[in-house]
Amino acid sequence: MKLFMALAAAAFGVSSTYAEEPSAVLDTYADIALAGYEDSLETAQSLKTAVEALVAKPSEESLAAARQAWLIARAPYQQTEAYRFGNAIVDEWEGRVNAWPLDEGLIDYVDASYGAESDTNTFYTVNVIANDHVSVGGETIDASNITPDVIRSLHEVGGIEANVATGYHAIEFLLWGQDLNGTGRGAGNRPYTDFDPANCTGGHCERRAQYLTAAADLLVSDLEEMVANWKEDGEARKALLDGDPNAGLTAILTGLGSLSYGELAGERMKLGLLLNDPEEEHDCFSDNTHNSHFYDVLGIHNVYFGRYERPSGETVEGPSLAALVREKDPALADEMEAKLNATLAAAEALKMRAETVEAYDQMIDEGNAEGNAAVQAVIDGLVDQTRSLERVIAALSLTGVTIEGSDSLDNPDAVFQ
Amino acid sequence: MRFSAPLSLAVLAAVVTAAFAVEAGEAAREDLNEKDRARVEKVTRPAADFSAAERFERMQAGAATSTKRINADAFSHPSANLEFSDQQRFLLGNGLFRKEWVSAPSSTQASDGLGPFFNARACQSCHFKDGRGHAPTGPGEEAVSLLVRLSVPPTEEEEREILAGFLSSVDEPVYGGQLQDFAVAGLPAEGRVRIDYEEVTVPLNGETVSLREPKVTIENPAYGSLRPDTMLSARVAPPMIGLGLLEAIDQGDILAREDPDDADGNGISGRARWVQDENGELRLGRFGWKGNAATIKQQTADAFSHDMGLSTPLQPDHWGECTAGEGACRTMPHGAQPQFGAEEVPADLLDLVTFYSQNLAVPARRDVDNPAVLAGKKIFYETGCAGCHTPKYVTRRDASRKKALPYRDCRRWNSCSSAPVRRRWQPPLRRIAAATGLPSQPISRFSPTRSKRPGSRAHPSIANSPSLPLKMRSTARLPKWRARW
Repeated sequence: MKLFMALAAAAFGVSSTYAEEPSAVLDTYADIALAGYEDSLETAQSLKTAVEALVAKPSEESLAAARQAWLIARAPYQQTEAYRFGNAIVDEWEGRVNAWPLDEGLIDYVDASYGAESDTNTFYTVNVIANDHVSVGGETIDASNITPDVIRSLHEVGGIEANVATGYHAIEFLLWGQDLNGTGRGAGNRPYTDFDPANCTGGHCERRAQYLTAAADLLVSDLEEMVANWKEDGEARKALLDGDPNAGLTAILTGLGSLSYGELAGERMKLGLLLNDPEEEHDCFSDNTHNSHFYDVLGIHNVYFGRYERPSGETVEGPSLAALVREKDPALADEMEAKLNATLAAAEALKMRAETVEAYDQMIDEGNAEGNAAVQAVIDGLVDQTRSLERVIAALSLTGVTIEGSDSLDNPDAVFQ
Repeated sequence: MRFSAPLSLAVLAAVVTAAFAVEAGEAAREDLNEKDRARVEKVTRPAADFSAAERFERMQAGAATSTKRINADAFSHPSANLEFSDQQRFLLGNGLFRKEWVSAPSSTQASDGLGPFFNARACQSCHFKDGRGHAPTGPGEEAVSLLVRLSVPPTEEEEREILAGFLSSVDEPVYGGQLQDFAVAGLPAEGRVRIDYEEVTVPLNGETVSLREPKVTIENPAYGSLRPDTMLSARVAPPMIGLGLLEAIDQGDILAREDPDDADGNGISGRARWVQDENGELRLGRFGWKGNAATIKQQTADAFSHDMGLSTPLQPDHWGECTAGEGACRTMPHGAQPQFGAEEVPADLLDLVTFYSQNLAVPARRDVDNPAVLAGKKIFYETGCAGCHTPKYVTRRDASRKKALPYRDCRRWNSCSSAPVRRRWQPPLRRIAAATGLPSQPISRFSPTRSKRPGSRAHPSIANSPSLPLKMRSTARLPKWRARW
C-alpha cells in the first residue's frame, strides 16, 4: 500500500505542471519506452551474467541468484507491455520475448503427468535438450549445438503457438522447472544439479546449460533490437512522431485500453478464473504472476501520467496525457486518475496477498472465494478504467482518427460504410 | 462478361440473369431502402476497369479489416472495429480456442471432458495460427489437421430428406459421420487415416502440370470393417478469418445467384444448401466445407462434439460422435460439472468461442495496385472464376453494413464436370494466402512450372477442381502440387 500511495502522490504532483502539446506528450511516451526497454535490457544482461555463473559453477546459490535475476528482469519488462497494441513494431516482436503459455515438453524433460504425446502438437515432448535432431514436417533441424539460431528456429515450430522456445518464459521454465503443485502451494523446483555435468540430474546437463545460455543471449539481443527502435531515429519512434500527433495519441490510448481490458483483465486473468486452471497463469513456473500483473498495471500508469521510475531510482518524466486531459476536461481527468489509482491499489493488494497469504495459482482455485475475489478486484478495476479511457478518447476528439475515416477515392484505406 | 459462349447466347443469358437478379434482388434486401440498394448495387458491381485498384478494395472487410503487419500472426487479429469490451470476449475466446482439453476426470474440472473419441485436443491444433490445416505429405505422416467424413449412399427416402435439408448425409452405421483417430486411455481409437498420393499428369497449353491425387484409406478399424460402400471424404481444417462477415451476408443476395438448371448457360449451376439450424428451422447452409451448418455457433458446437468429443447446449451428448454400435465409449466418464452447467462446454464458453470465430479479422489486401495483381484479377474475371467465387457483397444492415469481399459463394455447385455430383462448396479464395504458420504465398504467385513441394499444403477448394467448368479448368492453371479430392 505504501508504494501505491507514493506513486499516486507523485502522479498527482506532475499532472498539471505542463501546458501540453500532443507532440510533446508523444515525446514523453517515446522517452519512457526507451528507458523501459533499456532497463529491460540491462536487467536481462544481469540475468545473462547470472546464468553464466550458474553454468560455470552450479550450486544452490548460483541457481537462486539466477532466479532472482530473472525476477528482477521481469519488473521493467512488464511495465513496457503498455507499448503493445498501439505500436505495430512492438506487436510483431513481442511474441519472441514474452510468449506464453508454453508446452514445456518441447524444451526439456517433463513429469509423467504431462502425458507422452499430444495428438496435435507433434512437438509436445520433443525434448530438444535430450535430442540432437528435431524433425519438422519432413525436415530435420540440427540441434547438436543449441545456439540462439537453433532455438529461434524452434519457436512456434509447426505453427503451434504453444511451442514457445525463446523468451522470458522459456528461461523461467529452465530455471524453475514445472510447477507440479497445481493450484496447491509451491512453485517449480528444479535442482541445480540439472545444470551440473559432474553431478547430473535429469540427463543432458551440458545441453540444458547450452539451451539456457542461448535463451538468455537471445533475450538480450531481442531487447537490444527494441531499444534501438526507440532511440532517436529508431523505427518505432519515427513511426509515432512522424505521423499525425492525434494518431499517436490514439495509438497510446488504444494500447492502454487493449492491455487493460482484453489482454490483462481478459486472457491473463479472467480465463484462469473461468477455468480455475493454473495452466492459464502467466508466470506459472516461478509463481511470479502477481508481480507480472502488478507491473503491467504500473506500466499503464506510467504511460498515462508520463512518469516512469527506473530501477536505478532515476525518474523519466515529461508532458503527459494526464495533463492534456486535465486541460481539456478536469472532471474527466479526476475520474480517469481515480480509476487508474483504484486499479493500482487492487493490483497492490493482489501482490501483497501473493507475498503473505497464498500464491496466484492458489487464488484462482475453484471454491477459493477470497482468492478469487482478490483477482476479480483487479479485473473489475481494469474494466472500469477502460470505460474512462473510452471517454478520454472521445474528449480528445480522437474517435475519427482511426483508419476508417474518409472514403475519398485517393484514400486507399477507405471503407464502405 | 460471359466467357467462351457464342455472343448471341451470352446476351440472352445475360438478359435472363438480369431479370432474375432484379426480381430476386428486390425480395432479397428488405433491410435496405431504395437509396441504399442503389449504393449497394453500385459498389458490388463486377470490376470492369483493371488498370487500377477499385475503391474500397484494400479494406476488403470494411471497417473490420485488419491492417496489422503481415506475418505468421496475420490471421489471428480481432476485427479492427471491436470495442474494448468485445476485445476481451475475443481474447477469452482465443484462450479457449488454444486450450488443450483433457479427459475426465481431471484436476481441472472446468476444462475436462475430452473424448471419448476425438480428432484433436484443441481447436487451434488443426486451425494453425487460425489458418488452415494441411494434409499429410504421405502414408507415413499422421493426419493431424485433416479429418475424414464417412457416409454411405442414401436410400431414395434419405435422398429426399437430404434435398429437403433435414439430413446432411447418411452416416456409416457403426463409425458415424466422421472418423476420430484418437481416443481416451483405455479405449481403442476408431482407426488411422492413411493418405497415399498418385501423380496425375495433365497437359495444359503446351505445359505439363502434375497433380497429386490422394487416396484415402482407413487402417486398423477397431470396431469392425466399415460398410463396403462407405464413402470417404477428407477435409482439411479451414481457416478462421472473415467468418462473421460470411454469416452477415444477406440470404437473399446468395439466393439471387442460385441457378440450379444453369439457366444462364455459363456452365455453372449453383444451388443453395438448406440445413436445419439449432432451433430446427430450415436455413441456408453456410459453414463447413459442404455448407453443413447455418450459423457459426452451430458449426462451433459441431466441432466441439465431433472433433473433440465435448458436449455443448447444442450438442448435448457427452460422448460426442461415439455411436451406440461402438459399445463402451458411451459409458466413459464425462466432464460435465453441475456447478458450471449441464454440458462439458457450457453456454458461456460456447458463446465465447463463437464470438472469437466470428471476429477473426481479414487482413487488408496487399499490392492492390500492383500491375501483376491487376492482370491476375483481370484473368480471374475473364476466365469466369468470379462466376463461383463472388467477389463482393455488402453485408446485412443489422450487421452494421460492412463490406465483405469474400470471393466466396454460399451455394453448392454443379458444373459441367464428369465428377459425381455431390454436395459442393466454395471456400473463399482469399483465405488461402497468408498465415498457416508456414511460408505462404498468394495464389496468383504460384507458377505452374514450380517443382513439386513435398511438404506443401493441399487446398480442397482449388483441389476440388471438378467444381469449375471444364473450360475454366483448362485455363485456371492449377499449381502442380495441388491435390484433387
